[in-house]
Amino acid sequence: MTEVTTGTKAGARMDAAPRLPVDRLLDDPGTRIIVCCGAGGVGKTTTAAALGVRAAERGRKVVVLTIDPARRLAQSMGIDSLDNTPRRVKGVGGADGGELHAMMLDMKRTFDEIVEGHADAERAEAILANPFYQSLSAGFAGTQEYMAMEKLGQLRARDDWDLIVVDTPPSRSALDFLDAPKRLGSFLDGKFIRVLMAPAKVGGRAGMKFLNVGMSLMTGTLSKLMGASLLKDVQTFVAAMDTMFGGFRTRADATFRLLQAPGTAFLVVAAPEPDALREAAYFVQRLAAEDMPLAGLVLNRVHGSGADQLSAERALAAAENLEEGGIVDQESGNAGLRDPAAEADGAGADAADAGADASVDASTDADVDADVDEITAGLLRLHAERMQVIAREQRTRDRFTSLHPEVAVAEVAALPGDVHDLAGLRAIGERLAAGVPAGA
Amino acid sequence: MRSPRGEWLGSDAVSRLQVVSGKGGTGKTTVAAALALALAREGRRTLLVEVEGRQGIAQLFGAEALPYEERKIAVASGGGEVFALAIDAERALLDYLQMFYKLGSAGRALKKLGAIDFATTIAPGLRDVLLTGKACEAVRRKDKTGRYVYDHVIMDAPPTGRITRFLNVNDEVAGLARFGPIHNQAQAVMKVLKSPETAVHLVTLLEEMPVQETADGIAELEQAGLPVGRVVVNMVRPHHLDEDALRAAAGERRADVAKALSRAGLGGARRGGLAERLVDPLLAQAAEHASRVELERAQRTVLEQLDVPTYELPLLGAGMDLAGLYELASELRKQAGEE
Repeated sequence: MTEVTTGTKAGARMDAAPRLPVDRLLDDPGTRIIVCCGAGGVGKTTTAAALGVRAAERGRKVVVLTIDPARRLAQSMGIDSLDNTPRRVKGVGGADGGELHAMMLDMKRTFDEIVEGHADAERAEAILANPFYQSLSAGFAGTQEYMAMEKLGQLRARDDWDLIVVDTPPSRSALDFLDAPKRLGSFLDGKFIRVLMAPAKVGGRAGMKFLNVGMSLMTGTLSKLMGASLLKDVQTFVAAMDTMFGGFRTRADATFRLLQAPGTAFLVVAAPEPDALREAAYFVQRLAAEDMPLAGLVLNRVHGSGADQLSAERALAAAENLEEGGIVDQESGNAGLRDPAAEADGAGADAADAGADASVDASTDADVDADVDEITAGLLRLHAERMQVIAREQRTRDRFTSLHPEVAVAEVAALPGDVHDLAGLRAIGERLAAGVPAGA
Repeated sequence: MRSPRGEWLGSDAVSRLQVVSGKGGTGKTTVAAALALALAREGRRTLLVEVEGRQGIAQLFGAEALPYEERKIAVASGGGEVFALAIDAERALLDYLQMFYKLGSAGRALKKLGAIDFATTIAPGLRDVLLTGKACEAVRRKDKTGRYVYDHVIMDAPPTGRITRFLNVNDEVAGLARFGPIHNQAQAVMKVLKSPETAVHLVTLLEEMPVQETADGIAELEQAGLPVGRVVVNMVRPHHLDEDALRAAAGERRADVAKALSRAGLGGARRGGLAERLVDPLLAQAAEHASRVELERAQRTVLEQLDVPTYELPLLGAGMDLAGLYELASELRKQAGEE
């Protein structure tokens, strides 16, 4: 982790941050789980898939758990059918036994499977048919996170793979996937559930006298608020789930411990933008507080330039120079007059045409120079824009690095388009392993 | 049946609740804030609400974290005012209990039991009911003289992937809680959300995934009968070079480009000269630019087929700050004037 960037340009820009040794992490047989987390829209899913492809081609038996992949990415990996089980990805792997399997999380199916696995057939059917359960499992805050962690636990327990790469849900906050399972677990096992359960357990009016006044006030209030039908749905659900309660918290706790285990590595994924890096900083702090092992930061969509010796200011000045400069030069001076002439009235245009006719050769040369000047000015303006982007990204990143100088960073150069095939994932993998953006 | 179309700036009947969604990373908070500024023209008052607890609005305006309270955050040109509120589901629920049931101490008891936690984070959709309910309350609120307190309420909403579910949750809850106050509340909120009083805008970039999500989002909103407003294409970059020029520059004109760079004062054009060494990297950048332009053109075509009016906001070179926000607001107003 103490490796220092050797690329001179990158070295100059990223003085403090050590480079994240991606290949060493993927090759280490001790690495059993890699969790990719971060804000929405930073390329978590693509990063997870690219790591999976690279690890498999370096000889590991990998499964990638994606949560909500873009359609074409899912298609390219052959996981666009939702059957909630890992599928072998064709065309990935090495001679040394590397394999890639991938799956897309179906949270409702995962929840249903827990129910089916823990209750007898009749009870399971009652739960699955309960309207409250159907809303709960179809997904709202928390369920997706809980089920992602549940699935991770299941995959780990099967022990069919020596590396699991997991993507995290696009939550309100990057921290949700750590908190939501516990929240759901503690609700399902908690006091509130027992209050709700009480009338159902003791059964109707005969039981009411066993409840203290506070409790009947509570269920009365709840029934008033939620409507008696919803409360009854919840109570039926809770009664049916009774046998499974201890299970939920135990499972949530077990997954949480799995995340703290030595074989787990967290990669915080971000883009060099203020919001994404702010989330990343929260995450780094939180992982430290939870004793969860952070491997480093993957910084996607970083811009570089092969001409970074030329500043934005100088490039702009030079562009202006070229756009106005035709006046100095006789031939481009003529060319510079062409546009205004086209807009002028008939007489002016005629005069310009006459002039052009009189010296065909000179005029062609002038066109050439004017075109080249215009093109070159365009190239310079593009470069100035690029340098401004680089400077802005650098400022954003410096803020993160000054907060967390110890966090190793792998930079991935921005691609002009989206990645949706294996070749694209391989290219991302190479950039991840190189860790510094190639000069554009 | 096509859902009602929500209106924004351009029309006389601008929808009073403007919901701004978009894929993560497209800048929906920025667009929502610029829209709040743009609508706060000529002495009008707007409320910008945040529902995801990210404090993105405070950060954008360079202000302290927003409390659960409406406070003035900016003054628009012409004396209009922008207020901001970060809606907190738990506080909204306690307010609601207090307002309708005078549940002071019982509220605390519920909290201790985990009931508030249940309602705001776990119960299907209740959290979203509270958030949308609070926003609709602000839309309908009137002062003593019977005037609306806010001319417009602009919501920085959850991302495109969740927006229909978020807004439609009241329908679902109304079905789940088949009567009672929650049922009634959900019905009332849905009435506002499904009327032309509301407009749901989707922010996108000219990239494949955000555009695809926008297309899916519009289809879902329309199917749910929610009023789609506008598509806002954010962070649009200027185009500097056309492809023919670029091909020429990369081919037989390389030496001429080096000479032009030299003429512009950037060193020698000879092989190995300063200007000559700039040619390759500059052309590489231009090639990237050209392929991006090509991708953007394809995405524009996809957006055109959606048949939803589109606005474009430029990428601000210096990054997002308060001045940039005002710039985007006036850009929105300008484009609305042309609509």
